[in-house]
Amino acid sequence: MTLRVTNTAKTYPDGTKALLPTELSVAKGEIVSLLGPSGCGKTTLLRIIAGLETPDAGSEIWFGNDNVTSLPVERRKVGMVFQSYALFPNMSVRANVGYGLKMQKLPKDEIESRVTEVLELCQLQEFSGRAIDALSGGQRQRVALARAIAPRPRMLLLDEPLSALDAALREALRDELAMLLREFHITAIFVTHDQDEAMAIADRVAVMSHGHVVQSGTPEELYRNPNSPFVAGFVGNAMRLEGKVAGSTLHLDGGELALPRDGTGHNVFVRAEDVQINTEGPLNGKVESVTFFGTHYRVGISGIMTDVLTSTYAGQSAPKVGERVEVSIKPEALMLLPEGAEV
Amino acid sequence: MFKSKTKLLQLIVTLSACAFLLIPTIMSVMAGLTANYFKGISSGLTLKWVFQVWELYADSIFLSLWLAIACLIVTLIIGLPAAYGLARHPGWLSRLLEEFISLPLAVPGLAIALALLQLYGSMKGFRASWAFILVGHVLYTLPFMVRSILAVLAAIDLKTLEEGAASLGASPWQRFRDIVVPNAMPGILAGALTVVTLSIGEFNITWMLHTPYLKTLPVGLADSYASMRLEVASAYTLVFFILIVPLLMAMQWASARAQRITK
Amino acid sequence: MGVRPSPYGHTMTNRTFVLACLTPLFIFSLAFLALPLVRLFLESGSGEAGWAIYLDILRRPRYLNTLVLTVLVSLATTFAALAISTTAGMFLSRNRFRGRGTLLSVLTLPLAFPGVVIGFLIILLGGRQGLVNQLTPGHVVFAYSVIGLFLGYLYFSIPRVLLTVMAAAEKLDPALEEAARTMGASPYRVVVDVIVPGLMPALIASGAIAFATAMGAFGTAFTLATNIDVIPMVIYTEFTLSANIAMASALSIVLGIVTWALLLIARSLSGSTVAAGG
Repeated sequence: MTLRVTNTAKTYPDGTKALLPTELSVAKGEIVSLLGPSGCGKTTLLRIIAGLETPDAGSEIWFGNDNVTSLPVERRKVGMVFQSYALFPNMSVRANVGYGLKMQKLPKDEIESRVTEVLELCQLQEFSGRAIDALSGGQRQRVALARAIAPRPRMLLLDEPLSALDAALREALRDELAMLLREFHITAIFVTHDQDEAMAIADRVAVMSHGHVVQSGTPEELYRNPNSPFVAGFVGNAMRLEGKVAGSTLHLDGGELALPRDGTGHNVFVRAEDVQINTEGPLNGKVESVTFFGTHYRVGISGIMTDVLTSTYAGQSAPKVGERVEVSIKPEALMLLPEGAEV
Repeated sequence: MFKSKTKLLQLIVTLSACAFLLIPTIMSVMAGLTANYFKGISSGLTLKWVFQVWELYADSIFLSLWLAIACLIVTLIIGLPAAYGLARHPGWLSRLLEEFISLPLAVPGLAIALALLQLYGSMKGFRASWAFILVGHVLYTLPFMVRSILAVLAAIDLKTLEEGAASLGASPWQRFRDIVVPNAMPGILAGALTVVTLSIGEFNITWMLHTPYLKTLPVGLADSYASMRLEVASAYTLVFFILIVPLLMAMQWASARAQRITK
Repeated sequence: MGVRPSPYGHTMTNRTFVLACLTPLFIFSLAFLALPLVRLFLESGSGEAGWAIYLDILRRPRYLNTLVLTVLVSLATTFAALAISTTAGMFLSRNRFRGRGTLLSVLTLPLAFPGVVIGFLIILLGGRQGLVNQLTPGHVVFAYSVIGLFLGYLYFSIPRVLLTVMAAAEKLDPALEEAARTMGASPYRVVVDVIVPGLMPALIASGAIAFATAMGAFGTAFTLATNIDVIPMVIYTEFTLSANIAMASALSIVLGIVTWALLLIARSLSGSTVAAGG
């Protein structure tokens, strides 16, 4: 089922604009992530799609050919995974997963067989009789997912589905979730503030900031061609190179860099993994800090611009603090974004 | 549609409950200020009944205020160190003691009063003094004071704070004075307001313990309900409301404040 | 490193200081609570019937009827207060609107009203000169009947239940209700499947509080129940009028144990302190 959201906004009674007029389309079977920092409106948009928030007048939400804008949540047939999971503590795993089917007034034996099917799909068979508080965080997350898809909803909505887990578990479950979502063949929207999560799970990412969608595209598109400093910074932590642009040359404190094209009127951004420490290069700086991360080092270099420039260094032995180093950046790694674009 | 209908029903229940609680209260206030209740408000508003209450029952009002203050002092003297002791010495014995002093919250005041009367009723000097009523009030309010302070002390890391003070050379008494009391202040304040509010309104124990010469405000109220005209009884109730409502609001504010700490 | 001298350091260890702190409480509760209660208990067995007096409560119709009536009125109060306060409490904790604070104040105001005052307020509603009698054509006086007593008990139970329910409702994850609704649950099903189970400990706790409070209410009964035998009134008349001190003591002990046990249950479920009174 496709989803189309047009001109959808949310203003709270106290005047706070949680969501500015927004357009969003999601194709059938597509997995879209709403990515942004807290307070950017991503959860509000998700809750409006679910029917848990009423949008401002003029907003329209279409599920396929149905205009569901004024349909209450209980009749929208969406599956939702909540940040806190919201599993019913007074019901077993089985009863939680079967609840939506019970609400559809399906015959008992059909409920039983469908619940069993979903539990198997999510590898929860052995926990089916357990109480919710006897489950680990990861198991709860899977029960929440199983409960949301059991009624075969038109669309699956996930609100920060992994944020209640600790870091190690989160990474493992991220890939599992990506796999499961693809197995379900269901249109899914999920909200996160974690760029790695968004990129790992989603077919398409919509980056949000201050109540609207800044850019939407595949993870690669966003990473390679951000359209604003915000997206460049939020997706892949790009740094701005503070210098003077003259034609296709960037003048920095520590040397000059060739730009891929005429950069007049643009700011220049780069990612740490594209900053290379070489025996020779056009830039010259002093090592300020070295942090070891196992697979790589993060080296802070001063003297190239006002701020410290960060480089990801993958070699065997990193330069020492205080050493002078040469730095090069390939022209195609530099991102030129128009000045005055939203920060 | 259905959602708003449920909400409407909830609103109606809420408003009806408010009306049930508020209407008789307002009636009582109005009756106390109306010249003649049977003729209604058209007979004019007057403070006559309030003045009459003052003439008849000023003693009972002052006795209640005095008892409340005395009760506050005693509950502080007993309750503050006790809460500290219970907080520093957790264990089954402390739990038992705390549970035991909380009995007057659960056991009806009538039973407590009967118990006191049977043991001390024959000690004429004590029986006839205000101190006898005070004992009843302290019994009833002390658990509130102790628990209110205890809740705050349990929420702050008292042991570490004290160890910090001790490592700087503070004696037990200095630690109690400099660390425990200032940090327990929100609990002390909430407890103090609760004690005063409850003491002023206490009837069940007091009714049994009072003597004809020692009537507290609520005892006087019961007396006026039985023997005075409705306007006087209402005016007296009005005086009571004026005293108790601000105290109750202060108490709720202080308790909410203390509870924020314990979270 | 030298130890700084402290004025009490040598004379008082930490342990003795803590014990000294508990001493006043210990003496006070021994003298004015433990000993009187022991005396009350001993007194209950000192009558003609001896300890069989506790059987008498169940054997003699006067006391048994009183017991049954008190339990019935208290039960009715409990369920009515639960229904009203849960509805109002959920409404107030789930909605934010202008005037909410005022409604909340009105609903919690009677917490500090003594039972006698509440009795008087019921007389103003349903007494001979009461509001209902003035507004209706017939002669409608209910203040001094069981209905009046029920309303009086309801008056002081509503705030107590409301506060407990609201505290629990604030802790109830709103996402639970939303989750049920995304799966197609009607508002009625949300109440049955999510809200009531979620609030159950608080409902039991506040129900026990309401019941215990109603069982032991003396002030309200004193003003209203001139012709109705409820336990507190019977204790009072046995003691003052009949001078049947043994029976008054025995009834007090029974009543005390019942209310104390109920509130113990309540506290173990909700962890809150609410006074029985009224």
